[in-house]
Amino acid sequence: MIEVKNIRKSFGDKTVIQDVSAVMKAGQCNLIIGSSGSGKTVLMKCMVGLFSPDSGSILYDGQDFTNMNAAEMANIRKEIGMLFQGSALFDSLTVEQNVMFPLDMFTRDHYAQKLRRVNEVLARVNLVDANKKFPSELSGGMKKRVALARAIVLNPKYLFCDEPNSGLDPQTSLVIDGLIQEITVEYNITTVINTHDMNSLMEIGNYILYMYKGNKEWEGSNKEIIFSDNKRLNDFIFPSKFLRDAKQMRMMQETGRHPGNPAGKD
Amino acid sequence: MTIIRDIGRYLLMLKGMFSRPENGKMYWKEFMHQCSEIGIGSLGIVTIISVFIGAVSTLQTAYQLLTPLIPKSTIAQIVRDTVILEFAPTLTCIVLAGVVGSKIASELGNMRVSEQIDALEIMGINTKSYLIMPKIVAGLLMIPLLVIIAMVLGIWGGRLAGNAAGILSTDMFDKGLHEAFIPYNVTFALAKSYTFAFIICSIPAFYGYYVQGGALEIGRASTKAVVVSCIMLLFADYLLSALLL
Repeated sequence: MIEVKNIRKSFGDKTVIQDVSAVMKAGQCNLIIGSSGSGKTVLMKCMVGLFSPDSGSILYDGQDFTNMNAAEMANIRKEIGMLFQGSALFDSLTVEQNVMFPLDMFTRDHYAQKLRRVNEVLARVNLVDANKKFPSELSGGMKKRVALARAIVLNPKYLFCDEPNSGLDPQTSLVIDGLIQEITVEYNITTVINTHDMNSLMEIGNYILYMYKGNKEWEGSNKEIIFSDNKRLNDFIFPSKFLRDAKQMRMMQETGRHPGNPAGKD
Repeated sequence: MTIIRDIGRYLLMLKGMFSRPENGKMYWKEFMHQCSEIGIGSLGIVTIISVFIGAVSTLQTAYQLLTPLIPKSTIAQIVRDTVILEFAPTLTCIVLAGVVGSKIASELGNMRVSEQIDALEIMGINTKSYLIMPKIVAGLLMIPLLVIIAMVLGIWGGRLAGNAAGILSTDMFDKGLHEAFIPYNVTFALAKSYTFAFIICSIPAFYGYYVQGGALEIGRASTKAVVVSCIMLLFADYLLSALLL
């Protein structure tokens, strides 16, 4: 579990995050959503320690990450896996070497053991026969899968995904979402996903934190989001008539009633 | 103010490199890779430059020593000392600032922009230590070796050109090489090459590591790294000459 307590972050005079608190639970996909510039990426970078918050704390299973020294922070980071927006694969290494890199750095296993684990996670993300390829030879979806395999190769307790679907077609996005959700449940990982993708939101959002101009505007689950009457949230998630109609349909499915007819009378 | 801030960040970067390696084997692998990149990768250009600089030195020295009162073996002495004291360490290192410096800055800049450095940080790796330290240590080992090679090839080039142009025979050149040789000159050249090696590797690493933006900024950082490294090389050259000679 990751607890975010009263986080504030400014860059110069500009306050990007104002007093945000949230609890990200284990074994669930926790989503941070919001329009561009709402502070969600900064919040995620504060959570993984790439930015230091001005005030507030981040607790990893009760341990205060913000007040740790470099060695303690490095220990927590060994339990963190992260899938970056641009995949962040090492250009000069093959797929196999990329995924093996954390094992090379942090384990004393023999090459055969490491290779077995690499093949295991590559198979887990449905990527076979790509071991010897370089990142430049892969498609966007394949890169994301390799990055996901690298993120989970050390069996992390916490998984962070920054815009996992950006630049992917809808079908590949669904595959990546499905993988993240399966892995989260399978390994009981606390997964935090920073996304714009509405499909991800509705399909895998066990907990959703909606950020608006650096503030927490709304929180709840993908079931609750349908019934929310928060105007900003609704404008963000259901901006078109098509999506508003889809929301109405979903509400009908959930309640068995038409929203304009709450009592369910004809 | 920017200069003071940059110097402060540069010193903090150097301080940040000193931490216990997460895995010595991986650091060794990276060090060997950098030795190959810096050493073997620059050998070709160093060879070409050294041979031609030595050859041109012989021809120009002979052109300026027209009087028959000075023995021809003096040409070899002048070429030897010029190559050892200045051409091999300074000129080679200015070329290396371009070749190695721009490579280091653009490599680290690309890693920063494509979030590869962030990925390493999140794995719990000290990126200053893992990415910068091996480059500087490899530079400190390989660049003085390249300078020694440049010295030998420069003198050899001069010997070859002197003989080919009919200025002085190889025996005469060899005789001149042995006359009035001061071994301290080699020590001085090596002291310069160590200082230059540190400048060539650490300054571009600083500009690459802290780059922000995209491809355009990587290019700018790379250019700035080479320019600043060259200026610092020339400044250090003057300072070391004033202090040690």
